[in-house]
Amino acid sequence: MAYAFTFYLVVAVTLLSAGVVVFSRRIVYSAFSLLFTLMGVAVTYVLLSDDFMAVVQLLLYVGGILVLILFAVMLTNRVEDPGGSNLARARLPILAAVAAGFGAMALAAVGTVWPSAQAPDTFEPATSRIGNSLLGAYLLPFEMVSVLLLLGLVGAVVVARKECRTEGDEE
Amino acid sequence: MNLTAIGLEHFLVFAAALFCLGLVCLLTRRTAIGILMGIELMINGANINLVAFAHHRGNDPAGQVFALLAIVMAAIEASVALAILFALFRALDRRITIDEASTLRG
Repeated sequence: MAYAFTFYLVVAVTLLSAGVVVFSRRIVYSAFSLLFTLMGVAVTYVLLSDDFMAVVQLLLYVGGILVLILFAVMLTNRVEDPGGSNLARARLPILAAVAAGFGAMALAAVGTVWPSAQAPDTFEPATSRIGNSLLGAYLLPFEMVSVLLLLGLVGAVVVARKECRTEGDEE
Repeated sequence: MNLTAIGLEHFLVFAAALFCLGLVCLLTRRTAIGILMGIELMINGANINLVAFAHHRGNDPAGQVFALLAIVMAAIEASVALAILFALFRALDRRITIDEASTLRG
């Protein structure tokens, strides 16, 4: 019962803060509300008995991506111009189409007869399983994602520096 | 203690809701950062799906490894997207409204 209560509480907090992310007029509010959404997702991973993913979510999303987004918001936000983050005009058709898509997905999730659950009744640390499969069956994706990480790093630096140099030339 | 009191469907519907909110954010925002936040919401919804199925299959490490790699790729995507965003910010006279970046010549 405590499990179900925690689950519904986390769902409520996560979806409410995600709603603020989506519908807030101020982009700063959206960025700070994204913090609660990402932490709610981390708690969801804990409820799914995946502690390693929860920690990775906290470290990478909350500690990395969210800080990056906050920096971007603070650097690019015009304080005197809150209308810069306005929502688009054609909201109703988009809302209707996405609501229809959500209905279809929810119907598919509820209506499908899933094979009977084999979920264990106790929480176990997931680290050893993930580590063994990362260096075993999934060694190739693991190495490829490291190459991709290096490429992304170099690419981000190149994209961010190039305009800086041309701007200096123009001056 | 029965940990399977909450079925798989609950997590799937939750993930679908998060994904759809991210999609609305992606489609209605005008600023590039708002669009990026929508993409992050969508990636989180997809990751919840992966981990939920992994847990449903008896803590199958395949789903957990996939979700881990997806998080790493989301980090790469965010860093490259923010680098592009800063380049746009300089090129577009300190505005990052997506409608103004409709040509590739800058």
